[in-house]
Amino acid sequence: MNELLPLAILATSLGIAPVILAMPDHWSRCRTWVNLTAAAIKVALVAWISIAVANGGEFSVSLTIAPGLTLALQADALAVLFLALSAVLWFLTTIYAVGYLEGGTDRSRFFGFFSLCVASTVGIAMAANLFTFLVFFELLTLATWPLVVHRGSAEAHRAGRVYLTYTLGGGLALTLGTVWLYSLAGDVPFMPRGVLGELPQTHPLALSVIFALLIAGVGVKAALVPLHGWLPISMVAPAPVSALLHAVAVVKAGAFGIMRVVYDVYGVETVQVLGLAAPLAALAAFTILWGSIRALTQDDLKKRLAYSTVSQVSYITLGVALISPVAAIGGLAHLIHQGIMKITLFLAAGNFAEGRGVKNIRAMNGLGRMMPGATLAFTVGSLGMIGIPPLAGFVSKWYLGAGALDANLPAVIALLAGSSLLNAAYFLPILYRVWFLQPEEELPEKRRIGWMLAVPPAATATLVLVAGLLANAPFSPLGWTRFIVSLEYL
Amino acid sequence: MTETLVLLSLPFLAALAAALHARLSAPIGIGATALNAAAAVLIAGGVLREGPATTAIGGWSSPLGIPLVVDGLAVVMLLMTAFVGLGVAVHAMGRSPMDAGPARLAQTRRWFWPLWLMTLGAMNALFLSGDLFNLYVAFEILGLTAVGLTALSGSRSATAAAFDYLIAGLVGSLMVLLGIAIAYAAVGQVDLDIIPSLVATMQGRIALALIVAGLAIKGALFPLHFWMPAAHSSAVPSASALLSALVVKTALYVLLRVSLEGGADAAPLRALLGAAGAGAMFWGGWNALRAERLKLLVAHSTVAQIGLIAVAIGVAGDGMLWKAAVLLILSHALAKAAMFLAAGRIAEELGHDRISGLNREDLRPGAAEFAFAIAAISLVGLPPTAGFIGKWILMEGLIDDGAWLWVGLILIGTVLSAAYLARVVSRCLRGGPHVAPGARRPEWRSGDAAALGLATGALALGLASSIPVALLELTPA
Repeated sequence: MNELLPLAILATSLGIAPVILAMPDHWSRCRTWVNLTAAAIKVALVAWISIAVANGGEFSVSLTIAPGLTLALQADALAVLFLALSAVLWFLTTIYAVGYLEGGTDRSRFFGFFSLCVASTVGIAMAANLFTFLVFFELLTLATWPLVVHRGSAEAHRAGRVYLTYTLGGGLALTLGTVWLYSLAGDVPFMPRGVLGELPQTHPLALSVIFALLIAGVGVKAALVPLHGWLPISMVAPAPVSALLHAVAVVKAGAFGIMRVVYDVYGVETVQVLGLAAPLAALAAFTILWGSIRALTQDDLKKRLAYSTVSQVSYITLGVALISPVAAIGGLAHLIHQGIMKITLFLAAGNFAEGRGVKNIRAMNGLGRMMPGATLAFTVGSLGMIGIPPLAGFVSKWYLGAGALDANLPAVIALLAGSSLLNAAYFLPILYRVWFLQPEEELPEKRRIGWMLAVPPAATATLVLVAGLLANAPFSPLGWTRFIVSLEYL
Repeated sequence: MTETLVLLSLPFLAALAAALHARLSAPIGIGATALNAAAAVLIAGGVLREGPATTAIGGWSSPLGIPLVVDGLAVVMLLMTAFVGLGVAVHAMGRSPMDAGPARLAQTRRWFWPLWLMTLGAMNALFLSGDLFNLYVAFEILGLTAVGLTALSGSRSATAAAFDYLIAGLVGSLMVLLGIAIAYAAVGQVDLDIIPSLVATMQGRIALALIVAGLAIKGALFPLHFWMPAAHSSAVPSASALLSALVVKTALYVLLRVSLEGGADAAPLRALLGAAGAGAMFWGGWNALRAERLKLLVAHSTVAQIGLIAVAIGVAGDGMLWKAAVLLILSHALAKAAMFLAAGRIAEELGHDRISGLNREDLRPGAAEFAFAIAAISLVGLPPTAGFIGKWILMEGLIDDGAWLWVGLILIGTVLSAAYLARVVSRCLRGGPHVAPGARRPEWRSGDAAALGLATGALALGLASSIPVALLELTPA
């Protein structure tokens, strides 16, 4: 069982991807059942493994590829954090995507690659060594490309080209860094507090360069400035893709990679000794401000959300780079919190576009009365992003702030306050428009929003509220991150 | 021993039978190819159990007899030939896509099987040879059947390309033969293990240089690849697949043997291979970027990939590195065969193979385009394909040695290959409202199954790399 469970979790999405790809396009009912059943089974399996891991269970499985190279999966506490996020949000997004793409073309291709995309994130979550991480990280790049170009327009293909250039470039840096590290250290398994042993004393320069390569590699997906250029451009993709890319798959894979590199390859101590924490924190801080400032001037709703993601994901990086257990709790919890908040925003934005054809912010006046459900979800998401208590975003920002004090860096408090002000500056005007302004012209209903489109954003908005309100419960994201941090720092 | 004799005799007997019974040629061809694959698997099992073996035909030992060497490297190459050949045979079994009229089509189908079976037999003989003279004989047979395969379609461009190939092949053979003659004069033997003693004398070095130059022509190694893009791109798809995936590999295999046997003394040879390989990666990549026709792009990609393999052979010392070269040979064989078969199917459905016209609105992407994409992933060297594992082992070894220049060159080559293959794959991703509503899907053919099977094989081989690596451990170096 300890070997089968990780494989089963991987198989629920990796195994069905070829099945769905091979289905004729018009088999929509069959495809939906296969897809949703697999997604539901995955949620159940992940719940099972979470409880088992919390009780000290160990799960691992490995396959030797060549001497010194193994593909290995394990379910440690950090893996479970990311697994839970992808399993739950995959389930919800699949429901949404089925409704969103109803009657569209190339749906078998879409859902096949959608599954493959989630399979990659699951693999990234459970990767037990750097090699396995790299394998699934590259698979993610390939699996998301067809999703980005799904609409098939020239613009979509241009976005796909930009996306591929950035991510394959990052992949190359990551590959080089990984090979180099393997050449120095042999196998590089993920272990709390790092695996480098005496190497920091003997090869400090090489290790610093490798760190830069690895962070640049994963940083492309985490949209660290200046590697973020692909993200706003790939907003041309359909709404469920944007939602999944932002909340779970791509940017989170990058942020998760930063965590693995800092915590489980180098270890916080080594990162500090080599003097690598400060530059990473500075980069994260700059990204937080830059993303927010760019978000201010976007009129396209999805682009504004995209720049907001650039900014918000770097909270996670910042939490990791501050090298303080309290900040780490904030950063790790934000992995989940940002995920559920951002997916809410994107799903709601998708509903605005589908229901009333609203894609630009200046056209959003009075949407609250026309589409109260979606607007409410959007409001919860935005307020959470700004960090209004008791929503999830507040909890992560609180811990990040406390961590900054703990790390003796009060300037970071100013940064957080400034960023929150900027968040407010680009979200509150939208909320004002949707609730308090009259529409300039009556927007006709373009399409009825069925339950498949309505329920997922409502569900994730509820999660935003619950994750904030019940932050102290043991199985909340916050409770779980405390558990992880106790392993990394004690 | 029995299996070895099967590998050496069955293909030739079957070729004769297929030539005599034209109507039965396809069943004979498929049957013989399948039997050959089974025998190769049995031999591999034997080597894994009992280790490498040298046998002498008829019990005559060297210098009179013919030694057969069955070691890990030979077995891996036999397996590669057997299974890639099986895939191509499945493709050829179906209704072949030919750009020729019905009369020519019949002609093509008639002669494909005897030519392929002769090729198979010659390749088996080549991989089992323990001495230079047998290698030469196998090369001669192979050179003639390969020219026949090139000319199979009977089109004017194919005939012209086949003629160039014939001349280039003959020049290469002559150089090899001359080299062997000089070597024999110098040492009085033609076994492969005389190579270290060849390096010691001036005469021997000239012999070696001639042999290597001849092999470089046959293996289409830059800058001696001039004959190859035209030959590979104008042949019928199944022939292109065989030529590109298998036939050029024979020369690379012998170069690898020479480099391994030569040990540390082969350093100048290795430097030459590395330099030529680097040139090939750029020249092939550049031309593939500019190619206007799909098959030409795939052919130029072969130039670049051969370059990468030559670099791997060139930089390989002892240890794991030469195994990386073999993994790259295997992965290229599977992926390139898949790619040529897929390109053939795509061209058949479209009626042309201009890259700019691949995103036709009235045709949805089919299985062949999917196979092409998977093969492309393997050629670029993305995980988890065998190409990736090969590149990984190669780069890890190079970093260990501090050979950063080579690491950089390989990375640039990777970027180039991603760039030229993305030209094709991005057009396979057409869809949405930009495909006409009534657009048809290509029909399913055995060629699609073959291409998909080979491409998936390249993917799966990455996960199963421990098997070829274990076999390669059983190579006395």
